[in-house]
Amino acid sequence: MLQKDNLINILYIDLSQKKYWIEKRSDLFEKYLGGVGVAIQILKEECSVGIDPLAPENPIILAVGPLTGLFPLASKTVALFKSPHTGNLGESHCGGRSAIALRLTGYGAIVIKGASTSPIYLAIHNGQVYFRDASALWGMTSSYTVGRIIRQNEPATGLRTIMRIGGAGEKLISYAGVTTETYRHFGRLGLGAVFGSKKLKGIVISGKHSIPLLDKQQYRKIYDHIYKEAVSSPVMKKYHDLGTAENTSPLNELGGLPTRNLQTARFEGVKNISGENLAEGYLGRRLACAHCPVGCIHIAALREPYEDELYFYKTSMISYDYEPIYALGSMLGIAKPEGLLKLIDQIEKVGLDAMSTGVILAWATEAQEKKIISEKETGGIQFSWGDYITYIKAVQFILEQPNQFFKDLSQGVEYAAQKYGGYEFALSFSGNEMAGYHTGPAAHIGFLVGTRHSHLDNAGYSIDQKVLTQQRVKPEALAKMILEEEYWRQILSSLVICFFARGIYTPEVCLEALHNAGYDLSKEELINKGKEIHLEKYRFKVQEGFSLDNYRLPERIFDTPSLIGKIEKDYLKKVIEAVKSEIFSEQKDKKNFELK
Amino acid sequence: MRLTVKDSEKCVGCQSCMFACSRLKGEGGLARSSIQVMSIGGMERGFTVIVCRACPDPPCARVCPTEALTPREGGGVELDIAKCIGCGYCKNACIIGAIFWDEEINKPVVCRHCGYCAKYCPHEVLKLEEWGEKKNAPKR
Repeated sequence: MLQKDNLINILYIDLSQKKYWIEKRSDLFEKYLGGVGVAIQILKEECSVGIDPLAPENPIILAVGPLTGLFPLASKTVALFKSPHTGNLGESHCGGRSAIALRLTGYGAIVIKGASTSPIYLAIHNGQVYFRDASALWGMTSSYTVGRIIRQNEPATGLRTIMRIGGAGEKLISYAGVTTETYRHFGRLGLGAVFGSKKLKGIVISGKHSIPLLDKQQYRKIYDHIYKEAVSSPVMKKYHDLGTAENTSPLNELGGLPTRNLQTARFEGVKNISGENLAEGYLGRRLACAHCPVGCIHIAALREPYEDELYFYKTSMISYDYEPIYALGSMLGIAKPEGLLKLIDQIEKVGLDAMSTGVILAWATEAQEKKIISEKETGGIQFSWGDYITYIKAVQFILEQPNQFFKDLSQGVEYAAQKYGGYEFALSFSGNEMAGYHTGPAAHIGFLVGTRHSHLDNAGYSIDQKVLTQQRVKPEALAKMILEEEYWRQILSSLVICFFARGIYTPEVCLEALHNAGYDLSKEELINKGKEIHLEKYRFKVQEGFSLDNYRLPERIFDTPSLIGKIEKDYLKKVIEAVKSEIFSEQKDKKNFELK
Repeated sequence: MRLTVKDSEKCVGCQSCMFACSRLKGEGGLARSSIQVMSIGGMERGFTVIVCRACPDPPCARVCPTEALTPREGGGVELDIAKCIGCGYCKNACIIGAIFWDEEINKPVVCRHCGYCAKYCPHEVLKLEEWGEKKNAPKR
């Protein structure tokens, strides 16, 4: 890497002591590039074995990479922490302006330790840290309002990221997220609750440093290649036009769209909530993350009249994507676009993870349908598919927790099902609620073995669609495909490239771009780094109790045919076995993998 | 020629123009970019693009005590960085905020109206166009 690059500076902030300092860690950035590669090393240094995720000892690590601020679509920030939702590795990626602001304020990573006794928010401008009192913001449940106030209170408009939590984070709900720039999120695995446990209401970061590079001519050449691909290649077209919502209809047609708690994988109301319909009827604006010309963020404008006064309207701007459409649309049987948008808006406001919330409400609906729970537990709420008004109310109850049932729902579907029953249709993997793909075995194996139990870990859904629809694959071969994708994604997550650009950032392009940032690596070296980073994450997971010997697969995934037909349980288990031996046989020091 | 903002409603806030300006100067980041995109009060309401509009009688040049900034033919200004003492008068004189500041060397950054940024605008928000007398002159 380049000598002058301030990427190697890591900012440490201790909220207990209200102090901060900088450490130069060229060792980490040289060896692990940045992003998740560096962050997992810091997590190992900072997070002791077995700590309570909501204790002050749980660190929050935010990291960017060597290509951030140099190349387009290197536009994501990685957050690592111990997840209060799974009790294991917490990893979440966010766009907006977070990555550019962090890099240009002068750091490669920020580590937040300890906890404040009174509510605060952090302002980091040009590398300088300010502790700001947030007593007036505490108790404010709407993440929109919190953002608006910080926006008015801080400088550097246009150059800043404003990360904040809504009521859900304050309430320590284990799947509360952190919102940035109103519409982007560190959504999964409960970073919002970790913020809340530290009495940290938000972080604003700004800066406009320069970043050195090796060769101006070569830089422009490779930049132009990436830029051109991003704005004109067919693979990126879907993200420009309809956004991720474009997936909804095709996935339904194939029979892979989880519907009504995955009782089926086709939704009869799909047309209404499809990307096409939302764009035609509601699309009000398109937005981009900083330094990404694609602009995949789609914002709906929803105009509603006030019922009590004539000629009074409110227009809400609501961001939609495929995942909320699945989790809050098809999964809950909601076919009315206005209803779906209002529910998304409610979840956005309080700051919950949309996917987890949808899956939890879907379980509750089915559980009530099957009389596992009754109105006695729900406090009079009668869930029913498509009834978005009740779901909006239920989200408010998850936040307010007026009774034991909603208190239980605020801990995730795994917890609720353990207590009330209906475990076989509680759709979570290692405690994380499933993403919107019932495409076949690879998707579900991917959720389970992926280091963050996310569809983005290894894109199993894509292997289902591209490979398994065409041919049967031996368990060992499928295990290899899943792992190899996940290994490579560790490199993208270390640089930190948006996964939408994975088709552009081939190993060759990454190497050329890295050359300009002062890294000279061979393709083999780069790919091996991915494998090593993956192993490091797995070491942490095993240390915290994760095991591929002792796992749960929800029965429902075997009952409902996927787009390649019924999923065979034996086959799935064989693949998981193969994944296990693939990961663990590579490891010389097996002791690190023994359970405590 | 001068750079103009054709339709800021189509701006998605991707900042490609800002990074293009830096890249032209041979670096990454945004320290020496002379164009900026900012939201007009929450991204849902859209963006405004701040860039020099090539005033025919530029106030920034009028207040420069060292003649580091001089009016440029066809509008806008040129900066002689050796003469600049970094007093910041120009920055204050520009009420649209188009004199940017290089914090690393404490001197202004001004747009040269080269149009490089416009090439990287994915939605044709920016355009380089003829200006002043030339604009109205009959096409030959």
